[in-house]
Amino acid sequence: MSFHIIKTTVNGISADREVESRLTLADFLRHDLRLTGTHIGCEHGVCGACTVIVEGKAVRSCLIFAVQVDGKHVNTVEGLADGEELSPLQQSFRKHHALQCGFCTSGILNSAHAFLQENPEITPDRVRELISGNICRCTGYVRIVNAIMDAAPNYRKIT
Amino acid sequence: MRNFTGAPIPREEDARLLRGRGSYVDDLHLEGMLHAAIFRSSTAHGRIKHVETSEAGCLPGVLGVFTARDLSGHLKPIRIRVAGLPRFEEFLQTPLAIDKVRYVGEPVAIVVAETPYIAEDAASLISLEVDELSPILTWDQAVEGKQFIHEATGTNITGNFIGRGNADEVFNSAYYTRRERFSVQRHTAMPMETRGLVADWNAAAETMTVYGATKIPFFNRLSLSQMLELPESSVIMRVGDAGGGFGVRGEFYPEDFLVPFLARKLNRPIKWVEDRREHFMATNHARETYCDLEIACDRDGIIQGLRARVVVDLGAYARGTGSTAPARCGQFLPGPYRIPNYTCSVNAYFSNKTPSGTYRGPGRFEANFFRERIIDMAAVDLKIDRAELRRRNFVTPNEMPFNMGKLTTYEPAAEFDSGDYPSLFETALVRINWNWLQTVQGREVDGWYHGVGLSCFVESGAGGATEQARIRLTEDGSIDLFVGATSSGQGHETVFSQVCADVLGLPLYKIRVKCASTDEIAAGVGSFHSRSAVMSGNAVRQTAQTFLESLRAAAIDYFGRPNVELSWNGGVFSQEGTDAKVTLAVLAAHMAAKREVIDITDTFVNVKQKPFSYGTNAAHVAVDPRTGRVKLLDFVAIEDIGTILNPLIAHGQSEGAIVQGLGGVFLERLVYDEDGQLTTASFADYLLPTAIDFPNIRAEFVNLAPAPGNPLGAKGAGEGGLVAVAGAIGNAISAALASLNVQVRELPVSPPRLWELINQAQENAD
Amino acid sequence: MTRVAVDWVSSAMKPASFDYFRPDTLEEAAALLATYGDDAKLLAGGQTLVPMMNFRLATPRVLIDINEIKGLDFIQQQNGSLCLGALVRWHEIESSSVVAQSNPMLGEAVRSVAHYQIRNRGTWAGSCAHADPAAEFPAVALISKARFTLFSTRGRRVVSVDEFFLGPLTTALTPDEILVDVEMPLFNSNTIWAFEEFALRNGDFAIAGVAVVIEPNDQEDFIRFVSFGVSDKACRLRTAESVIATSGLTHEAIDEAAASIKNDIDARSDIHASADYRLALTKALLERTLHRASVGHKQ
Repeated sequence: MSFHIIKTTVNGISADREVESRLTLADFLRHDLRLTGTHIGCEHGVCGACTVIVEGKAVRSCLIFAVQVDGKHVNTVEGLADGEELSPLQQSFRKHHALQCGFCTSGILNSAHAFLQENPEITPDRVRELISGNICRCTGYVRIVNAIMDAAPNYRKIT
Repeated sequence: MRNFTGAPIPREEDARLLRGRGSYVDDLHLEGMLHAAIFRSSTAHGRIKHVETSEAGCLPGVLGVFTARDLSGHLKPIRIRVAGLPRFEEFLQTPLAIDKVRYVGEPVAIVVAETPYIAEDAASLISLEVDELSPILTWDQAVEGKQFIHEATGTNITGNFIGRGNADEVFNSAYYTRRERFSVQRHTAMPMETRGLVADWNAAAETMTVYGATKIPFFNRLSLSQMLELPESSVIMRVGDAGGGFGVRGEFYPEDFLVPFLARKLNRPIKWVEDRREHFMATNHARETYCDLEIACDRDGIIQGLRARVVVDLGAYARGTGSTAPARCGQFLPGPYRIPNYTCSVNAYFSNKTPSGTYRGPGRFEANFFRERIIDMAAVDLKIDRAELRRRNFVTPNEMPFNMGKLTTYEPAAEFDSGDYPSLFETALVRINWNWLQTVQGREVDGWYHGVGLSCFVESGAGGATEQARIRLTEDGSIDLFVGATSSGQGHETVFSQVCADVLGLPLYKIRVKCASTDEIAAGVGSFHSRSAVMSGNAVRQTAQTFLESLRAAAIDYFGRPNVELSWNGGVFSQEGTDAKVTLAVLAAHMAAKREVIDITDTFVNVKQKPFSYGTNAAHVAVDPRTGRVKLLDFVAIEDIGTILNPLIAHGQSEGAIVQGLGGVFLERLVYDEDGQLTTASFADYLLPTAIDFPNIRAEFVNLAPAPGNPLGAKGAGEGGLVAVAGAIGNAISAALASLNVQVRELPVSPPRLWELINQAQENAD
Repeated sequence: MTRVAVDWVSSAMKPASFDYFRPDTLEEAAALLATYGDDAKLLAGGQTLVPMMNFRLATPRVLIDINEIKGLDFIQQQNGSLCLGALVRWHEIESSSVVAQSNPMLGEAVRSVAHYQIRNRGTWAGSCAHADPAAEFPAVALISKARFTLFSTRGRRVVSVDEFFLGPLTTALTPDEILVDVEMPLFNSNTIWAFEEFALRNGDFAIAGVAVVIEPNDQEDFIRFVSFGVSDKACRLRTAESVIATSGLTHEAIDEAAASIKNDIDARSDIHASADYRLALTKALLERTLHRASVGHKQ
């Protein structure tokens, strides 16, 4: 029983595939679906570069097997932009120079996006706590925090 | 016309990186691609008796398992690129261990299989029989002479002397001297992307294409072509995106030979991507250094001399970067101070640990820590304010250019080109509120001891003599700009478009920048030693000027009137006095019709003095002596990098460098046990700074002294933010805990280690 | 996070092969465990197990994914206790008003567990089954006098927290048992508690941690102090407890209590911190928490 057929939805598009049970979600996304925006930094759940959104929650895709997302919805960085237009969060990252090499960026975008959808009222300290599970070696984090703070108002629901 | 240079333009490359459309090496898929895995030694030192690979080779999906025996005759040593010392060629590494293993993690065999999972399954079936030898892990063991890591050499150590003036004489008669031992721990760059490459052999054309090149693609092309016995022109190094480099990515490693060699042998493309656990033991380490340092001052605190003995652990082999770290440590010990007399014994030893290379600010991070600490100690002993003592010793603007002497064995005497160290220093004091903070210096407030510390530095830039740029006009009238610089996040695609746009008077969107692969530019060099702003920046400027002249010549040809007066504005040539115009698109078509192309390559040769950036760091800390916890309340880094090409990018570089430096000061350690096993080989044990750890950092630039030695006036950037961090923090903590008699002499200053220090000091006092 | 053993080297970090099952019911899961025994591992949050599998420190031939079993994600008050099902994730505990009312220390302690993304998947039950000496939940369970329900094809049994945690990475779970829920008596509205830990970075395993509970009623054992991260499992600081029980929360008593911790802790050293340092931290943390308790603070 080490090969399984899974039906999953990634960025709104169904993907039916046969996968080995030990194939991680990160590898499934990157190599089976060729969605290489999700990056692998450590494969032991610490660096957060592989963070994607499963059923609305930001999770480490190196710690989930592809078989586990059978019947579930997955969102990756490729699903953030609306066609050719960058999402407000992505635009804020660019404006604030919140990325340099870009390797940790998709994980941070997903973490922030998932969190802000549930908690748009956010403070800088809370942002730092939120992304403390995403390691960036290039930026020193200051501008990432600024970018997320600046993008947060876009997530407030208009009532 | 300078509209773009110096402007905080958001980056061009961000759009694709934010979408997840970067092209890092593991993103690449080639038809028929295989996967390699490396089997590595788990013994630190020993003679290889047998490598058993038969079971691994039989696993379904495995195409081959190769050891040194299988590659016999093809394993040439990996050469030194820079800063070689006499006899270093005797300490070079072959891509697979042949008769000995010399560090945990050394490649012993390579598996090629259909999938990376199968490759690892196979690697786990390989076994290595070794006659263990006792590992050499310290200078004392290296010097003992009982065991030689490289037996034919009869030694494990190397060293030389550098200096200026006459230090011994000064020390004999100085009013004040002090001697200390300082040390920095082994740690390293730890980029978020691990290493990797894809090698693709085209048997028909007999060309080898390697994807994932960065830092020094042309040098690596040369190395690889020699090792594969191919003409250089048959090897193509392709440059894509890289997830951080910081000096450790892009040097030539064993896998950079093994994978292409096997791609050719098996006639299939092969991908190898390092995993994080491997990365810890297979990618260059750095920084492990101790220093016996002596300072001599007169009664006014003028530093008359320094005497030093630097000892660096280089690991098991001499890497491509040679003796850069120890050499630069020796060179930068005097820093921005006049110190007329200085002598340094620069020593390095080989050990049974992962080889050590260069990591951002190599040798400088260490040297600045050592020197700035002893300066503070001298200030306290002499009862001179710490800031004032520095003021009295800075090299001043009217001494520029300042001959610092020949302080490396492999370069001529160097000069500080320009700089106003005292003024920048005053700015830093204001930013950290130095005067006001003296009210809490060394005092306890609510259980926390407060301290403010300073650290000053100079930093060289623009290493290497030349760089190229290439500009070509495309058929739609836009510009392709190829630069020799390689990017691992520094924003090259944006910065150089700014420089080019200013010379050509074109909007930015008309210029596409590519960090050149080796088939896209004739003789690029790369990015290291804070060189890209100066070297590629000036190459771009110069090439753009030549390109504009060629455009003008083409326009004259287009109009068919050799003496016509042409004006150039916004991408259009106009004939004076008429309505005749030609756009670049039309010009391109005109040239194409004649089967010609405007494609200009120019080389910038930096014959004049190298630029030196400089700056001051200041830190305000609060220390809880019960736990050893240090809160970084404020950290200010002021730097002069001459002309700033893009302040957004410059700030980003500095902030990132500061936090890397703080990681090295507080958190990061690569620890070996007495068997030579690396005990910190995952992110659970090797602690990197997170967003919560150091929120209060500020980076600022001043432009007091453009570099006179290059047309752009740039000094080189990227490393300055990191090199002085340790001195500022070490000084701040020591000032905070002065009443407890604590002196920071060793890094890292983690809470447990600081607590031990505090306890020791208390015990000594009792 | 997983700490990696010293002398094992591998070439890459992909898990070894395994067969994968995803039972719909607890009974099915138990039957699978009974069949495969030591060859099998349960997969819940995976935040501890999967890193170990990626490092090939764990190479189960069979993985039993229990994430789809219904009825294991309850958070409720029942019979004077807070009851949590095994599939309750950290983030659910953090945001639960039932938890906040029933055992406010638990909500506070969970905020120190790892990071946001880990808390989205990780489970308290996984943490208990793993039994890392520096984990927060076992310490809270100990001080809250938790009782665990274990399920197998042989039936259910309830085990006290003292019986459950046996040592570092060792529990009373037999290879065929599944931890299915935990019950912790409710905190009273006038229970005084404090929880503090010291880690090198936010979210790291505690180098040392202390939890204190004082229940102003006349029951036995109403003063409870727990140390974690320091020895091979969370433990009660009984000497300190009896000092405070005798003398109350005076300054002198607190000092004496803090000084007495060596009696009850067998401190360990590791690459991050020495035994002496851990003890010094524990002393400082106990003083701080007791001083807070002495002014009747609930956090």
